[in-house]
Amino acid sequence: MVIIGAGECGTRAAFALREAGYDGTVTLVGAEAHLPYERPPLSKESMVDPEAPSIKAIADAARLAEHHIDLLGSTSATSIDRANCSIRLTNGSDLDYDKLLIATGSLPRKLPLQGLGLRCLDLRTFDDALAIRAHLHAGSHIAVVGGGFIGLELAASARNLGALVTVIEAQPRILMRGVPAEIAQVVHEAHDAEGVDIICGDGIASIEDDGASVHITLSSGQVVAADLAIIGIGALPVTALAETSGLALNNGIAVDARLRTSDPHIFAAGDCCSFPLAIYGDRRVRLESWRSAQEHGVLAARNMLGAEEAHAAVPWFWSDQYGLTLQIAGLPDEGELTVRRDLDDGAFILFHLKNDGRLVAASGIGPGNAVARDIRLAEMLIGKSARPDAVALASPSTKLKSLLAA
Amino acid sequence: MSDWVEACAADDIDEEDVMRFDHAGRTFAIYRSPQDEFFATDGLCTHEQIHLSQGLVMGDIIECPKHNGRFNYKTGAARGAPVCVSLKTYPVKVDAGKVFVQLG
Ligand SMILES: Cc1cc2nc3c(=O)[nH]c(=O)nc-3n(C[C@H](O)[C@H](O)[C@H](O)COP(=O)(O)OP(=O)(O)OC[C@H]3O[C@@H](n4cnc5c(N)ncnc54)[C@H](O)[C@@H]3O)c2cc1C
Ligand code: FES
Repeated sequence: MVIIGAGECGTRAAFALREAGYDGTVTLVGAEAHLPYERPPLSKESMVDPEAPSIKAIADAARLAEHHIDLLGSTSATSIDRANCSIRLTNGSDLDYDKLLIATGSLPRKLPLQGLGLRCLDLRTFDDALAIRAHLHAGSHIAVVGGGFIGLELAASARNLGALVTVIEAQPRILMRGVPAEIAQVVHEAHDAEGVDIICGDGIASIEDDGASVHITLSSGQVVAADLAIIGIGALPVTALAETSGLALNNGIAVDARLRTSDPHIFAAGDCCSFPLAIYGDRRVRLESWRSAQEHGVLAARNMLGAEEAHAAVPWFWSDQYGLTLQIAGLPDEGELTVRRDLDDGAFILFHLKNDGRLVAASGIGPGNAVARDIRLAEMLIGKSARPDAVALASPSTKLKSLLAA
Repeated sequence: MSDWVEACAADDIDEEDVMRFDHAGRTFAIYRSPQDEFFATDGLCTHEQIHLSQGLVMGDIIECPKHNGRFNYKTGAARGAPVCVSLKTYPVKVDAGKVFVQLG
C-alpha cells in the first residue's frame, strides 16, 4: 500500500491500515522534511509560543516504526504510471502499489499579482509558520489579506504578541464562506475589542515592497503600509498528480462515496478531494477540515482493503480566536430556518433546519468549550436526519441528549 | 496508600454524565455511567490540556470537547484520534450518597 502525502489524512490512513489488520508494506511518501504534524496549531498556540513555533507531531519515529510504517520524508511523488501501478519519486526511484492513496492536501491560493517579495507570506507548513513568526513582535504592523479562518486566527495570534494588525477582506463581511452572519459578528467584535482594524468590502489593487515595508493599495485607493502582509485568501487542492495521470477532477480529485477515484486502484482523501455528502443528497463538497481529513484517512484505508464502506460522517470544524471557540457541525448553507439557543457567558448555538424541520447544521460560538457538547449532540441529530422540536432546541434547559433518544 | 477524598454527592452527577473535581491543585473528572456506577480519571485530555468535564459521555466513552478525542473512562484507554496517550484512572466508592475518590 502506498500513500502520497504524509499530512493529517495520509498519516491517519497509514495507522488505520494497521488497525484494520493489514500486515503488508505501508509506505508513506511525504514532501516535507518533518515528521507528520498537526497544522491547526500553526495559526494558534504554536504561533504564540513564547519560544518559537513548536511542532505538534501526529506520530513520532518510534510509533511509526512500531507500526511498520515506512516514511519517505523530503520525497515527492512526481508522476503516477497507472498502467503499471507504480509511482515515480523525486529521488529517481519507482514504487509499485497494489492500492494507492492520494492525500496531497491543499495549498494557499496565491494573489494574482507579480513580484510580491519576501514581505508577503502565507501559511500552510511549519516552515511557513517559522517565517511568519519572525515578523511578529510588539509594535510590528501586520496586514492580513483575507478575513477567513487562518487570517483571523493569525490576526489574533499577532495581537497576542503585541503586533498591530489590519485585516483586509474583499467581501462585505468576514467569514463569508460557511459561517452565519450572527457568528461572524461575534468574531468581528472580538477583534474590534482587541484593537484589530478590519476593513471589509475592499479588494487589493496592488502590493509594493520598497525594501523596508509593504504598501497595499486597496480598490478604494486607501493605502495600508505594513512590515508584513500575510495572504490568507483560501486554499486550492493539490491535484497535479491526478491531472497528469488522467484521473477525473471536479473541484479537487473527484472520488465516490467510498473515496475511490476514477481508477479503482487509486483513492483520494482529505483536502485534495471532492466527494458526495450523503446527508445532503450526495451534494459534492470539498472540505478543509482537520477531523474530516482524519475520518477520510480511516475510511480510505478500510476501503483500500476492500471494506466497501460509504462515507457517512457529518462535517465538523472548529476555530479558536482569543478565548473564543467556534464550532460548526454540518454545512449551515443547507439550512432554511434558524433556531437560536442561548447558553451561559454569551455563548450561543444556531440550529439550521430545513423548512420541513430536519436539522441540517449547527453552529456555535462561546468562551472555551461552552458550545462543544451541544454541537456534538447536534451533529448526531444531523446524522440521524432528526426533526427535533424547535421549542426544545431553543430552550437551554432541554438537554439535547434527550432529543437524541427520542 | 492515600486517603479517600470526598468529591461530591452522588446526585450531583446525572447518569451518563461527568463532573469536574479539583483537589489540592489537581483536576479530575468524575463519571456516572448509564449503569449508575462511578469512575474517576485525570481531568485533562492527553492531547491538549483541556478539561474533559465539558465533554460528552456516551456509554463507556468520554469524548473530549475540543477535538473529539475519545477515552474509555472506566479503564482510561485512549480510543481514537487524535488521542493516543491513555488517562490515569482512580478508585471510586460511594458511601451514604457521597462519592469518594482515592487519589494516588
Ligand atoms: C494554519 C492552519 C490552521 C488550520 N486550522 C484548522 C482548524 O482550526 N480546524 C480545522 O478543522 N481545520 C483546520 N485546518 C485544516 C486542516 O489542517 C486540514 O484540513 C488538514 O491538514 C488536511 O489534511 P490533508 O492530509 O488532507 O492535507 P495536509 O495536512 O495538507 O497534508 C498533505 C501533505 O501532502 C504533501 N504532499 C503534497 N503533494 C505531494 C507529493 N506530490 N508527494 C509527496 N507529498 C506531497 C504535503 O507536503 C503535505 O505535507 C487548518 C489548516 C492550516 C494550514
Ligand atoms: S484536546 Fe482533547 S482531543 Fe484535542
